[in-house]
Amino acid sequence: MSINPDLTIKFSPMHRLQWEEAQQKDVILYPEGMVELNQSSAEILKLCDGTRKLAQIVSDLEQKFATSGLANDITAFLEVALKNGWIQQN
Amino acid sequence: MAGSNKTNITPPRWLLAELTYACPLQCPYCSNPIDYAKHQSELDTEDWKRVLTQARKMGAVQLGFSGGEPLTRKDLTELVKHARDLGYYSNLITSGYGLTEEKIIQLKEAGLDHIQISIQASSQELSDHIAGTASFQHKKEVAHLVKKHGYPMVLCVVIHRENIHQMPEILAMAEELGADYLELANTQYYGWAHANRDLLLPTKEQFEQAEQIAQDFKEKVAGKMKIYYVVPDFYEDRPKACMNGWGTTFLTIAPDGMALPCHSARELPGLDCPNVKDYSIEQIWNESKAFNFFRGYEWMKEPCSSCDEKEKDFGGCRCQAYLLIGDMYAADPVCSKSPNHAVIQEAIDSARASALADNEKPLIFRNSKNSRSLS
Repeated sequence: MSINPDLTIKFSPMHRLQWEEAQQKDVILYPEGMVELNQSSAEILKLCDGTRKLAQIVSDLEQKFATSGLANDITAFLEVALKNGWIQQN
Repeated sequence: MAGSNKTNITPPRWLLAELTYACPLQCPYCSNPIDYAKHQSELDTEDWKRVLTQARKMGAVQLGFSGGEPLTRKDLTELVKHARDLGYYSNLITSGYGLTEEKIIQLKEAGLDHIQISIQASSQELSDHIAGTASFQHKKEVAHLVKKHGYPMVLCVVIHRENIHQMPEILAMAEELGADYLELANTQYYGWAHANRDLLLPTKEQFEQAEQIAQDFKEKVAGKMKIYYVVPDFYEDRPKACMNGWGTTFLTIAPDGMALPCHSARELPGLDCPNVKDYSIEQIWNESKAFNFFRGYEWMKEPCSSCDEKEKDFGGCRCQAYLLIGDMYAADPVCSKSPNHAVIQEAIDSARASALADNEKPLIFRNSKNSRSLS
């Protein structure tokens, strides 16, 4: 499964992304499970709001963290996220 | 309160709220205690709200509303709303019996995240027989309604000798109903299932064949349906890592307010499980005798205490050791290193003999009459 650059990306309505105060982490919640996220993964997923395409997510994050060359890492993570059903494209 | 305060205690993450032991079904493998009819008292709405608030503050985030049948509680929607306001991810674990479209909508609006429906078999005749109640058609309708209203749908089928031959049909039913998750739970032999073990435990051949069918299906539906396969530990060489370790992750609150490190712990002697009416969740989790009883490794006997796998499976299940060999400190007899491992083969042989017998005794269904006569 790979990310289609021409389609927007949105977080799955069948999962929930939320900040856990007790763990000081963002987590993904779904039936019978929980995934703890590191900060960069959480930052990427928060931009998957159904309005942005891949290139927009990359440029927003590069701007936010004043850096460049994030495209490969972000794409690789989003492919994992798509495979796990955390995000959708349509 | 009694007990020691150990260091390195991790906070609870999963809370199982057993709202009631009342249930319209009579499944003969029910995980409620055999003597449930003795424990009639139920926490009130304010007690439950306090429990949810206290556990959430400690870090519990996954919440199961269970029972019995949680739909029999009049305050279910109010509790779901309270849980959502606190930030829980909540699950209704239900037979589906009595669940209407109106209630499904009301619970969605209150903030329920998902619904887990149990179906007992793939055919109406067998499902209604196992449930002890005509419920199969209604359960299937409920499954459609759960999907229609945008919940992730978890279908749970408990597997045993009466339905294991239906594995292909059970998988086809899950696909037809559009399950997002399918829990294939091989029966765990505690409580009612222990009492009915000779009639429920499949043979090794049956189990291996069914497992192969389930594994092939898992690959076929990868990406569409997620399968949770609960192994039948009687056919394993090593015990399950029960509850992810005692008092590390899971907290169960029984209908009467008793706090349990696992839902069978009530059956263990001398634990003095505390009640949420007397103590806060923080006191119970951190300080109570019951929750500290099997924390860490100091309680272990040989062969567990010197075993290089003890950090992987924690010596297995305490309730199973107690139930099968009468010693809750012993290695789970499922482990091939246990000096008592032979009891597992004896159980398997006994079940096989029962299956081949001409006049097999009937199943003991889970109901108040049987509960009272067995306890």
